[in-house]
Order: sequence, then structure tokens, then C-alpha cells
Amino acid sequence: MKHYHVIGEDAPNIDGFAKVTGQAIYTFDMTLPGMLHGKILRSPHSHARIISIDTSKAESLPGVKAVITAMETGERRQGAWRRYPELCDEPVLCLEKVRYIGDPVAAVAAIDEDIALEALDLIEVEYEPLPAVFDPMEAIKEGAPQLHDDVENNINLTRHIEWGDVDKGFEEADFIREDEFILPAQSHVPLETHGSLASFDGGNNRLTLWTSTQTPYYVQCLLATAMNLRENGVKVIKPHCGSGFGGKNELFADQFCAGYLARKTGRPVKIVYSREEEFTCARRRTPIHYYLKIGAKRDGTFVAKEARAFSDGGAYTSMGATLLYLTGWFSAFPYRYPNYRYDGYKVFTNKSPSSSMRGYGGIQANFCGESQIEMLAADMGIDPVEIRKKNAMYPNYEVPGQATIASCGLPEGLEKIGEYIKERGNLPKDHGIGLACYGFNSGGIFNWFNTPYAFSGAEVRINIDGMVDVYSLAADVGQGADTTMCMIAAEELGVHLSDIRMHSGDTSICPSDLGAWASRETLMMGNAVKMAAADAKRQLFEIAASKMGANIVYDLEAGDRRIYLRDRPERGLSYYDVVRDAIRAKEGSLIVGRGHYTPHGKGMISPAFSFGVQAVEVEVDRETGYVKILNVFTAHDSGQVINPVAIRGQVEGSIMMSAGYGYSEEMLYDGGKVLNPNLVDYSLIGYRDMPSAVTVDCPTYEPEGPFGAKEVGEGITCPTAGALANAIYHAVGVRITDPPLTPEKILMALKEKSA
Amino acid sequence: MKRELKITVNGDLYDLYVEPGTLLVEVLRDKLGLTGTKRGCDSMSCGACTVILDGKAVKSCTILALQANGKEVTTVEGLANGSKLHPIQQSFIDHWAFQCGFCTSGQIMAAKALLDENPNPTRKEIKYAMNGHLCRCTGYNMIIEAILDAANRIQEEAK
Repeated sequence: MKHYHVIGEDAPNIDGFAKVTGQAIYTFDMTLPGMLHGKILRSPHSHARIISIDTSKAESLPGVKAVITAMETGERRQGAWRRYPELCDEPVLCLEKVRYIGDPVAAVAAIDEDIALEALDLIEVEYEPLPAVFDPMEAIKEGAPQLHDDVENNINLTRHIEWGDVDKGFEEADFIREDEFILPAQSHVPLETHGSLASFDGGNNRLTLWTSTQTPYYVQCLLATAMNLRENGVKVIKPHCGSGFGGKNELFADQFCAGYLARKTGRPVKIVYSREEEFTCARRRTPIHYYLKIGAKRDGTFVAKEARAFSDGGAYTSMGATLLYLTGWFSAFPYRYPNYRYDGYKVFTNKSPSSSMRGYGGIQANFCGESQIEMLAADMGIDPVEIRKKNAMYPNYEVPGQATIASCGLPEGLEKIGEYIKERGNLPKDHGIGLACYGFNSGGIFNWFNTPYAFSGAEVRINIDGMVDVYSLAADVGQGADTTMCMIAAEELGVHLSDIRMHSGDTSICPSDLGAWASRETLMMGNAVKMAAADAKRQLFEIAASKMGANIVYDLEAGDRRIYLRDRPERGLSYYDVVRDAIRAKEGSLIVGRGHYTPHGKGMISPAFSFGVQAVEVEVDRETGYVKILNVFTAHDSGQVINPVAIRGQVEGSIMMSAGYGYSEEMLYDGGKVLNPNLVDYSLIGYRDMPSAVTVDCPTYEPEGPFGAKEVGEGITCPTAGALANAIYHAVGVRITDPPLTPEKILMALKEKSA
Repeated sequence: MKRELKITVNGDLYDLYVEPGTLLVEVLRDKLGLTGTKRGCDSMSCGACTVILDGKAVKSCTILALQANGKEVTTVEGLANGSKLHPIQQSFIDHWAFQCGFCTSGQIMAAKALLDENPNPTRKEIKYAMNGHLCRCTGYNMIIEAILDAANRIQEEAK
């Protein structure tokens, strides 16, 4: 195995000092001289026609500087689906209709927040309420209220995936199971809510927007279109970002309202979502009605699978369209199904749009699939580990007609899980261990945004003192992308981490990147940064080779601030000396390296796939239904590890989020109204409920990844909820198919079982 | 009508005039520019706004500024000595005990108050003392380890 100088060892977060001292500035913390405060008026109705809007009283309130409505923003609709304009169906501000409680109708800028809020109350909107529909299974019925005039039966989109001969597969099966699941809405709950600060330069017709986002490039392009500015008339800056989890991947009302108001008033405008707005007006994890059928031979070999999903898509297409594909794709993961068929329906409902969220489409597929496999194994009397081993994907497996899995550590992971379960031995009464396997995309080969740029681009500049400036638009939202990119650049250039300076999050200085979604940054931006560093390194090698006068049969290598002959490492030069000579040789120019990455020759889904398996042990209290999650053991493969401590952070954070999905988190509704839009009534896993977690690596080398690396941030969100359901089943024998598995549901199921 | 507020923050005495309804967090962030203290919820549920008030960890979003009149407040900006970090801060970095960092100031101040009161807490005591400080990124265990390690470092430094 290759020896590395930087990667593979724990590295501190490059923003650590700023973050532990309070010096890190988030959008939430920013002010500018003369800044106004903006607030957004939102629909109180789930579905209504707008008859009239009168803003005159609000405008005459002292301290109010501007009010905007759809009169300004026009009929323009927005969305990230630039390749499919018909899917860009979200009004910037609502003109004719509102479609969910929280749809933005108007916005105000005032000299302080109190006046802005008071002004919202003075805007008179006359609505004609319309019948509304909240459940996808109701919304597809004939005669259901229709959200969009041109969309019959509220069916926003359908997706079909098929390979093999599913009907024949089921004919050959010895055992068949059919099950249904109902999956809830989870909220992203970033600790920093959505927020933006806009400043408009009227002389040059240019906008600068500081915003809490995962996708600075999308926001730049979409805001330019929404405001009728040229693409580079918008500069987006992402300061430190208080997390996103998939909820900050699109253009949001704070961004375009701040932009419009800044242009209208000529003053900077800041808009920050309240926690209630974050729950009710942002995005949410897609609820799905899932139907699954699986068939297996007597020995446990899977022969066919069929899935149908009806997603509660909310009022607009948003990113939920991708979910419809991904959940179908992940329903066939991470096992070998020779015959598979999926039909998905994304259905409009009068609720906030459901969209991307960490483990996108995977956590839903995983909860259902892993629950069903456990039930099947019980029906057949096969050990849960054995049935998974029998069907698990392995290296170089081809998913028929879809994609080739290159590296895959799942078989090794299952071995480790098997050993772990054996070690645990006989469990006490009412304890149970449940399993779930997962696989996930390392980035998506999807270009519905229609970017003409590479998916990731990077630039590296080497200064006279050897300091390396790295320019990357990979969005660090807490996951540590900036640190990862610094490590990759340092490793490739053979310098130390302290030689690297990161410039990220500014669309006007960084080459383009699609953003932090689909767990894509490590692989895609990692490749771009590595290529840029290699480009700069090659320029250093030219000088070094010339100075050393080495026989051309020798290869040069860079490491630990030296450039040397790989096979005679004692013969080398100081990195700093070579940099000085190289800049001199270039007539004083900086050494500049450029890199870019777009997947090619890897099919249409993902350049690589991560894998893993998790075991969750619980203790269930039969009197109260309370579940104590005791231990979580994870064996995972994310390829070559770049920063082990950061990976552990991703694994444990994912466990917290997925256990929440399985156990306590759910947006509760009365019709279209969210009943728990606050952190009192919406229950996150806290310190006391967080289990201890042990994680072991099953490292592989992924040929498509930088140094062999692949994703870790999202896939690991998939298994915990399903493993938890399986653990509860093994502890007390009840099977619950509609997470979260609250104590109430467990008690009810226990009562039914004993009746 | 505005009232006088005399408050010591990170060792400096401030003489201010504030509306009676002003929250402590608003004074810290908006008047004193100490934006290290965050706000995450407005319902006393997340702990991102935690500061130390006369030795106790408090949620500054639910304390009126005037309730802190005549008292001493320490915020995250008051912990380091120049560029020398407090052991809790250093330990948070070493254990990757934050990701996005938005809750971190509150976590660190709560940990400081805990270790001031109980210099040698068990894992369980930390879980109970810190419960209610939400973190959406880390899964808490790495914060607990940072606090355990910080307790050791503080004791080593005292030797």
C-alpha cells in the first residue's frame, strides 16, 4: 500500500480556531452599514386564489423602505431544472395562487425587524380559499383538488426503472413477501436557518449576496435569472454555513427577496428565516407510501423485486424530482437482484415542497427494504446475516444495464458484522440487534441544471514563499470539505497542511462547482483539486528535473516539502528552492495549476459507490414502549480514508439523524398546517439518547476517486432507522412499518400482539 | 423607556441604555458585536445562545438584559488568552467536536460551566449536564470525549 504524508491521518479542521473562539462569521452574524431588515409575508392558506394585494398601508408605515409583490417579480417561475423548464414551477412571489401554508406572497424591507414585522400585518391580501389535498393517495384520485392547472391528477412526475424479467423471477421464487410502508416527513433542522444579506451596486447593475447555502453556483445562476441580471452580475458568497443537510440546495425566498429589496431600496437588505419559517416554509424529507414485493429461492437467493412509491411531493417540483429516481435506484441496493422493476409517482400536495435531504431517497428505500428482508429471513428461517451475505453486491458487480460497481467493501463489512454479533452472544431479555446494509452514490452524474462548466473545477497557485492558494467552490457546510481539499492539495504537492491556504465559497473567484449534494465533493472536487495540484507540481518537476540533471529513467516524487527521485529518495531538492527557481524561470509569474472533473465513462448514475453495514442494539421497555438505543456498530467502506477523524464525525452525525428518523422525528400535520414547527415539539436525538458508536473501516481503493477515496457523508445516514426497526422486532417481536417508531406505536403493537 | 444596564462582559464594564424587553443575547450580539453567541430557536430548546452569567450557564435568549444588570457575563470570545486557546477550545479542535460550528459556542460555554462546577465528570454526568444543547452535526459523542479530555488537560495545567 502506498505511503502517504498527509491523507489517512487525523487532521484538525482548518476552521477550528475560528469556530471555537466565536470568530467564524456566518451569514446570520453579518451586518453592513445602512442595512435594512427584510421579512416575508406568507400564505396562511393551504390553497387559495389571490384576489388582490394592497400594500399601501404597509408602504406608508414610517421606517418601511420598500414592499415587493409579484407585481415586481412578475410571472417568472423558478427551479433548478434548467434543462427541463416545465419543471421550474415555483413562483418567485405568488401571483395568482398560493399552494401551501408558507408560500411567499410579499416582502418588506424596513429600518428594523419590528417595523418590518408590523408592516407585514398591514399588507392586505384578499384570498379565495380553494379545496386542498394533503395525502398523495388522495391527490391522485379523480376529482381531487388540482394544484397546477396543467398537471392532471396532481401527478408531477413518474419514473420507471426495470431490468430482467420480473414476472418470470417471481414465478421461480419459492418465497414471496409483499409489504407496505408509510414514511414520514423529517425536517433538516440546520442550526443556522436560511438567511441572506444582499447588496446591490446600481452603477454597475451587480448584486452581491452573502447566503447560507450548499450550492453557491446554483444560487448565482438562478438568482440572476430571477432578477434579470447577467449570470456574473451576481456574486454569491457563502460565509461559514451553519449546516444544510440537503435543505439549502435551491434558490429560496430569503435570497431573491433580499436581492429584489436591495435593488429597490439601494441599501443592503438582510433576511433570516425564523425557526418556524425553517420548519414550515423551507424543505423537508419526502414522505412516501411504499409498496415492496420480494421473491427468493429456498436457499435465500433473491430472484425478483418490485417497488412502487408514491411521494408526497408538496406544492412544487423542487429537488423532489431526483428523489423519485433515487429511491427507485436505492431500492435495488446493495443487493444483486437479477430482475427488478420500479414505478415511482411524485404527487403534488398542498404542503411545503419535499426535497433533497441527506441520504436522499436512500433512507426511505433502506428502511423499507431492510425491514422486508428481515421479515423474509424470519419467514424462511434463515439467519439475517447469511441472507445478506448471499445477496450482497461485490467488487466489479454490474447492476444489469445500469452501472458497474467498482470498489465494494460490503462482503468484508458483513464478515465484521457477523463477528460482532457472535461476540455479543446471548442478549438479555427484551434486547435485540437489528441489521441494515447500505450503498450510496459518490456524487450524481446528473446535469439537469445544464451546467456548461465541469462538475467541479479548481485552481492552485503557488506563491514565492511556497504558500499554496487553493480555489474551490466545494461548499463546506460543516462536513469539512475545505479541510479535505487542503489535505488532497498538500498530499499531491508534497507539502504540509500549513502550506495550504483555502479560498472557497465565492463564485467570483472560484472555478465552478455544483455544490454539496449527492455526497459529491470528496470525489468530484477532490479529483479537480488533485488535478490542479498535479498541474502545478508538473511545472515544479520540470525545473527540479533540469536542476538535478537526473537520468530520465527516474521518476520524480514530491513529499514532505521535498522533490526527489522516487527510487533514490536521498537525491532531492527543497520544495521551497524549486518554487523560487520556477517562478524566476516563468519571468516572475505565479505557478498556476488548473483542474476539473466531470465523470466520463461511468454510466449515467454515479462514478463510484460507498457501502456499509450497521448493527443497532436496543433495549425495549414493555411497560412504556420506550426504546433505549444501546450501541451502534458500523462497518463501512468509503474507499481510501482522507481524514479519519472527519469520517467518524460523518458516521456519528448520520447515526443521530437516522436514529431520529427512525425513532423521534416527524413533522406532524393538521391538514396543511405543521403542528410542531419548533424545537420543543419536534424532537431531535439529544445527548442522553445518543448511543455509543463503534465504527470500523473496510477500506477499498476506488479507481475513480482521488487517491482511491469515495463518499461518506450521506450513505451512512441510510441504515440506522431500518436497523432500529429490526432491532425492536428482535427485542419484543413487533414490526412497525410507519416510522418514527415512537413508544406509543410500540405499546400499541405490543398490545395487539398479546391480544 | 430605556433603562440603564451596567454589565461586565468578558472582564469589560459596559454602561448601556436598553429597552426593558431587550434580551441578553440581543445586547451581546447587536450592541456589543459579540456574534460568537448564536441564536438557533427562540424557544429555549437549542442552547446555541449559552453564556456564563455569574458562574452559571444560562440561555441568553431567555434572559432579559436587565436581569443581568450588575452581573458578570462570559461569552465564547472571553475564553482564549490572545491566541492561546482555553483547554476546552483546544480539546474541541483536537476531537473534531464540531462540524458546522453554529452550536459550538454554546456547547463550549456549557462545558466550561460544567467543568467549573464538576472538574472531573463521568461520561454520564456530561450527558445529563449537556442534554438540551442540540447539535445536528456531530452526534454528541465526540463532544463528550472533548469535554472528558478537557477536564484532564485543565487538571494537568493546574499541577
